[in-house]
Amino acid sequence: MRLLAVLALLSCAAPHDALAEDVIAGLNQTRISISADFDGSELLIFGAIKREAPLDRSERPEIIVTVEGPSERLAIHKKARIAGIWVNAETVEIDAAPSFYSVSTSAPLDRILRQTDDMRHAITLARAIRQVGAPAEVASPEDFSQALIRLRAGQNLYQTNIGDVRLREATLFDTAVALPANLVEGVYTARIFLTRGGRVVSTYSTAIEVEKVGLERFLYNLAHRQALIYGLLSLAIAIAAGWGASAVFRYVRG
Amino acid sequence: MQIYLPIAEISVNAFLLLGLGGMVGILSGMFGVGGGFLITPLLFFVGIPPAVAVATSANQIVASSVSGVLAHFRRRTVDLRMGLVLLAGGLVGSAAGVQIFNVLRQMGQVDLMVRLCYVVFLGAIGALMFVESLNAIRKTRKGAPPVRRRHNWIHALPLKIKFRTSGLYISVIPPLLVGALVGLLAAIMGVGGGFIMVPAMIYLLGVPTKVVIGTSLFQIIFVTAFTTLLHATTNYTVDMLLALLLLIGGVIGAQIGTQIGLRMKAEQLRILLALLVLAVCGKLALDLFLRPADLYSIGADLA
Repeated sequence: MRLLAVLALLSCAAPHDALAEDVIAGLNQTRISISADFDGSELLIFGAIKREAPLDRSERPEIIVTVEGPSERLAIHKKARIAGIWVNAETVEIDAAPSFYSVSTSAPLDRILRQTDDMRHAITLARAIRQVGAPAEVASPEDFSQALIRLRAGQNLYQTNIGDVRLREATLFDTAVALPANLVEGVYTARIFLTRGGRVVSTYSTAIEVEKVGLERFLYNLAHRQALIYGLLSLAIAIAAGWGASAVFRYVRG
Repeated sequence: MQIYLPIAEISVNAFLLLGLGGMVGILSGMFGVGGGFLITPLLFFVGIPPAVAVATSANQIVASSVSGVLAHFRRRTVDLRMGLVLLAGGLVGSAAGVQIFNVLRQMGQVDLMVRLCYVVFLGAIGALMFVESLNAIRKTRKGAPPVRRRHNWIHALPLKIKFRTSGLYISVIPPLLVGALVGLLAAIMGVGGGFIMVPAMIYLLGVPTKVVIGTSLFQIIFVTAFTTLLHATTNYTVDMLLALLLLIGGVIGAQIGTQIGLRMKAEQLRILLALLVLAVCGKLALDLFLRPADLYSIGADLA
């Protein structure tokens, strides 16, 4: 399979070198701050296709934009009925699942991206989730990654936005990606793919830093670095609040 | 007003959390239960990760229990001596419970065990209390004199002490055992144990209902404070901002709840608590027996 893919790439790489096209892009923000009132954010991605030669009109150029959050290992459980009770019967580990993933395209994916190129660049959601092996007793492990995609899509963490990339004059493009409020910290990557006839001819990638600031940063650091002090502080707040409410009510009631 | 929680890593509506805290606080003040068995599932529902929900609700229960217990102290409805005896038993019990929890976790299916424990205990306790308080209400309607406390085997045990607030002269062994049993179950089920403690004190020890509430709250403070510290230092899952929002609502609710509780008859309080316990039990049982909406769920981060 892989050999085939390599052969396919070699055979079609040659003619495209002649009309070298490059994609360049920019973002409206490369640093997203999560403060206490963070309520999601919108990432604007824009760019252009740079050409050395005149536009080749035989195949339309198309753009795919992905935004990917930091990956984590996950376990997906499937319930089954055992002795009348629904219990987690099967578990499949996902080796790396992005905490956030969005794919935006200028046209339907099956028209502008071939399987082999998708596999090589891990562009679609199904490819971006890495699942190496599953226990032998699990009948269909791919159902589990499908379930992950479905569950996270429900939380807006996984998005597929077909036709959201506007491509003008086969040269300028722009798109907006909605980042939800339940975003985790870390380095995000935006990748832009230029495809022709389903083949990726140019890529561009850039990093976006998402981090907590202010009170959020302070509390998070305290909780992880000074856990005991943080715990005692939490208790002190709880006790003070309990006492305070009692005192206020006694005063109000005379 | 949306607010981003630093540990839960999710943005939620602040007023929703205030309301949730207030509702559970009222119940806490009325019945002497910490409300952990209510607030944790509610937080799951809002979208807070389970580990954060469990740890943070322990922290919020500390606050509402302190608020409630102070109100009860003023009314002299806290039996300090009884509370300390129960607490001593409880610490031994929860230490043993943590060990059992770890063994269960190694065997897998700890989640299922916890749920089954909940359904069995909530169902049994709720049903018993419901029947008993219904009978009590019927008897008072008929105008029959209240039944005198019977002398049973509990009164034959040695090491008797006076619990003046409760009006009891019994051996320390039963309260120690009750405390240990509740501590054990609380550690396994991850709750303060109020909903087991309250009926156990009423029916096993014969403590008057009004004293039970304050005393139960008193001992819950220590159990949940211990749990909070444990979670904060080992799992880093206590969300201070979430706790703060919940407890602002909670402490106010606890004061209101105490006032409501003081105006009600003991049997009425018991029957309401029984209904509440049965409702939670029913919800959990349905989750176990009905086909879930989605068979798949995302488990803990294995990193």
